[in-house]
Amino acid sequence: MSETITIRVLRYDPDKDAEPRFDDFIVPYRDEWVVLDALAYIKEVLDPSLAYRGSCHMAVCGSCGMMINRQPKLACHSFIRDYRGQLVTVEPLDHFPIERDLIVDQDGFIEKLSSLYPYLVTEHDKPLSEGPNLQTPAQLAAFRPFTQCINCLLCYAACPQVAINEAFSGPAALAIAHRYNRDSRDSGEELRSEITDSHHGVWDCTFVGACSEVCPKNVDPAAAIQRTKISASFRWLKARLLPGGTP
Amino acid sequence: MDVIVTDIAIVGAGGAGLRAAIEVAEQNPSLKIALISKVFPMRSHTVAAEGGAAGVVKPNDSFDLHFDDTVSGGDWLCDQDAVDLFVRAAPEELTRMEHWGCPWSRDADGRVAVRAFGGMKTERTWYAADKSGFHMLHTLFQTSLKYPSITRYDEFYSTELLVEEKRCTGLVAIELRSGKLVAFRAKAVILATGGAGRVFPFTTNGAIKTGDGMAMAYRAGVPLKDMEFVQYHPTGLPGTGILITEGARGEGGLLTNRDGYRYLQDYGLGPPDPWPRNKAMELGPRDRLSQAFWHEQQKGRTVETPFGDAVNLDIRHLGEKKIDERLPMVRELAISYVGIDPVHAPIPVRPVVHYTMGGIDTDIDAATPLPGLFAAGECACVSINGANRLGSNSLAEILVFGARAGRSAIAFAQANPHGSERAAKARADEAQAKIRALFLNDGTESAPALRRAMNETMESGVGIFRTEESLQQSCAVLADLRTRFAQVRLEDRSNVFNTDLVQVLELGAMLDVAQTMAEAALTRTESRGSHQRLDYPKRDDEDFLAHSIASYSSGERPAIGSRNVVITRSRPGERIYGGGGS
Repeated sequence: MSETITIRVLRYDPDKDAEPRFDDFIVPYRDEWVVLDALAYIKEVLDPSLAYRGSCHMAVCGSCGMMINRQPKLACHSFIRDYRGQLVTVEPLDHFPIERDLIVDQDGFIEKLSSLYPYLVTEHDKPLSEGPNLQTPAQLAAFRPFTQCINCLLCYAACPQVAINEAFSGPAALAIAHRYNRDSRDSGEELRSEITDSHHGVWDCTFVGACSEVCPKNVDPAAAIQRTKISASFRWLKARLLPGGTP
Repeated sequence: MDVIVTDIAIVGAGGAGLRAAIEVAEQNPSLKIALISKVFPMRSHTVAAEGGAAGVVKPNDSFDLHFDDTVSGGDWLCDQDAVDLFVRAAPEELTRMEHWGCPWSRDADGRVAVRAFGGMKTERTWYAADKSGFHMLHTLFQTSLKYPSITRYDEFYSTELLVEEKRCTGLVAIELRSGKLVAFRAKAVILATGGAGRVFPFTTNGAIKTGDGMAMAYRAGVPLKDMEFVQYHPTGLPGTGILITEGARGEGGLLTNRDGYRYLQDYGLGPPDPWPRNKAMELGPRDRLSQAFWHEQQKGRTVETPFGDAVNLDIRHLGEKKIDERLPMVRELAISYVGIDPVHAPIPVRPVVHYTMGGIDTDIDAATPLPGLFAAGECACVSINGANRLGSNSLAEILVFGARAGRSAIAFAQANPHGSERAAKARADEAQAKIRALFLNDGTESAPALRRAMNETMESGVGIFRTEESLQQSCAVLADLRTRFAQVRLEDRSNVFNTDLVQVLELGAMLDVAQTMAEAALTRTESRGSHQRLDYPKRDDEDFLAHSIASYSSGERPAIGSRNVVITRSRPGERIYGGGGS
């Protein structure tokens, strides 16, 4: 018999199950397969009721974040060859409510992101006739790493603060806010500071750095948050020390 | 059943759907918009587009040149009034994206950079490294969060359109989270549901690209146009089909066969200059490059890999710095998925199904023949892409025609009242009964088995080269699968996130779409662009300078008709690439 690998998957259907449970599936071992391929095999051949998200299979759509052997990973970017000879345990992302099996409720993230003015804020609308803004490669480089977030939410699953504090804006949303703050075309930092500088903004972060470690796109949300903390401190000082500032 | 009343319903929240939503929100903030998608907007397949978006911006370029490249690239099957409008609107739309924060790559002086692309006479492709679609999608999604009139319905799978007295008055969708059916009553509906690459087994397309919107429109009596034209992208990774952007060749990448020979020079694309020459060699159009691969394969000059034959895409000479700056994702994908670092070794690539040129029949205002129904993006056929789309035209197309669809929908919604509540409910009840039947009937046919059979027959019969025999065979297989699908078995009978149900419904959509592709290909007894018939190797303008029009008739094979192409100023001529074309 050809080689196989066992995938242990967390299962939960709120209509049927009081508690989540694990199901083991034996799937063919294939060197080129990622965990997402193994899940597709399970759904097609072994158990059509398995529910998971996934689409692009190239680590850019951000759909397939899940816990794989307790690490937050993209299933399409996790090769089963890296787990050869091991049991592969697949669970929904930590720190999110489970909707069914590997599918978690992500609405909270979108609400947090929406609250941070995650778009270019300008003082006036530039007419199209004026053409594109100028932006040098160096100005682009200042924020470009923070544009790479695919919203896969692995960082939320890794973050110890997200685990204990539901209101925390969280790494990805704060990184995206920072992306706009650093953009030479943007003037919305003050607006965003209402949230970023608030208790549930950057100050909730305890700088563990787990977010940056698990990010599949090297976004480094921890750095974004630290830099925002520095700016927030300046804003705080400025508001108190400068004439016209709020005492 | 829940009923949601809105002014404009948009199905699909990728580039075209988001652009349409923003247009409506900006032009008339009093109109309520329901933006409905089977996935969260940022999961839409626009995200996977890499190379860039075409729009004239350099002083040495002109609308006429972009027009000519597009029309000849499409082998004169494009509607020229639509192309004219498109090339003129594209730069403005790309500028708007810049104003919304899209991180376009820049020249040293701070201007937006442009790169060369296949079939384009000059550099006019705006790009954001090699993640242009990703950045456009996230820019659009994040910008859309500004507008309170846009209400998103994420993870709602749309099943059918509401049609009342020959007018589209909304749609029915399943809320995946609960399994509940929801009727959306709208004064106008825009479909922006993307393409259908998943009818083929080997495709760059994500799992979600199953032609749902095309099938919904088709079943509601709206024809599908030019469905036989399916684009094979010449450079996908063997095995997974992951896209390696044409931008790699735009930056100077070379294609070689097993002997290290730049074989494209044997197929009318030479001379093989060592530097990139626009419209020549590796910068030829996608149809010609994919066809050249097939010929090389016939000659036994391709490279064998564990996942089928391939050729080599070599970008080593660009150097690590340029590769990391311009093509970082290409490097990352090649390392991850084929274990090759393109800084040190060539990437094995092969043609892979990429794009459906055909789609829902629309006019230049994105209106379908069904009043109140509009369509934009890959699901639609305007047609600016004709028989072969040029790379980087589609990212511009989703903006230009997404916005137009938004404006057309506004005008329609302002001039027309809602349909009747009673009719909507009656139609929605019928839709519900169909889904309930899947839950109650113990079908006998396995959905995965039907899907595999569909995939196989599309690849064997409706691929890069086609014949009467291969197409007859595929048409027969598809008709049989369509019949068997009536007995399909739903395995999962639960309500919450029933992805088995979604896959069954997607399969139904794909079978309809696949049939239109195969039947239209059978009818077109000529070769043009991406549609190549070994038994009819020549283009035949006498009989086929015309769009194919596939119309639905329940339980039957699609009826294939035709409509003349709009020719304004470019008479059909020879497509010239290589030394003569640049």
